[in-house]
Amino acid sequence: MNWLAFASIISAAIAVSFGAIGPALGEGRAVAAAMDAIARQPESANVISRTLFVGLAMIETMAIYCLVIALLLLFANPLLK
Amino acid sequence: MTSPLASVALFHLGPVPITTGVVATWVIMAVLVIGSILISRHLSLVPSKTQAFFELIVDTVDGQIRDTMRLEPAPYRAFVGTLFIFIFVANWSSLIPGVEPPTAHIETDAALALLVFIAVVWFGIRASGIRGYLSTFASPNPIMIPLNFIESLTRTFSLLVRLFGNVMSGVFVIGIVLSLAGLLVPIPLMALDLLTGAVQAYIFAILAMVFIAGAIGETKPIPNSTSQRMPP
Repeated sequence: MNWLAFASIISAAIAVSFGAIGPALGEGRAVAAAMDAIARQPESANVISRTLFVGLAMIETMAIYCLVIALLLLFANPLLK
Repeated sequence: MTSPLASVALFHLGPVPITTGVVATWVIMAVLVIGSILISRHLSLVPSKTQAFFELIVDTVDGQIRDTMRLEPAPYRAFVGTLFIFIFVANWSSLIPGVEPPTAHIETDAALALLVFIAVVWFGIRASGIRGYLSTFASPNPIMIPLNFIESLTRTFSLLVRLFGNVMSGVFVIGIVLSLAGLLVPIPLMALDLLTGAVQAYIFAILAMVFIAGAIGETKPIPNSTSQRMPP
């Protein structure tokens, strides 16, 4: 195992771990705000939860981007060819 | 472990390698096209149960287009509806054993994102002419032209990576868990994968609508009396 492979594995782990922090905080805030809104207006819970799901999927995409970068580093690294 | 980014050639058609994703895409296309032809061949004013079900789907798509774009849905129904139904069926095709969803391969998603990119330009030019479409790039002020131009490319790319990453990561995680734990453990993950597939198809269609509506520019709001609005 050479240094490039070592560095790729470490950076893939760093990409996923730090890339998970931001979306986790963002999803927590989004869910908290939606809970707050539903508690204030229970009659609009349908619209709020539908919008919440779409928003959560958008936020989660940020973590998915980091996962794609990590998988690129591990499986399709041009430096390791 | 095989790379989730590579696609395996199933057979060769002359010099062209045919991958499993291409075969799955064509099978889904054939099922959708033949199914639509069969359903819409005998339309009647008093709908049968099947016709009522599919009218419900078309009506829901219309309602979403009306809510999102604030336009009459007729010119956009075919494109947006086909996009949603194809991605939905493709994401859920992992329910059939042995089938990997074609959207888990980056080339299918690239084709879909490219379709959205072309559709944005086409609908924009059709709505307000080439000058009118190009002037939407300078919409707040001309300083924003390079930024708007870059944005129209990067948002297509993010559309591609979003769909690919979500579907591919679902398939990948299920593969890992299946190789670690065996029979019943991956089932909750598969259910989560189905939910993600449905939500991603919805988001892809919604974002395509938002991009097209942005290219059309300022719009005439539809009169409320003629349009029947969907309940939220």
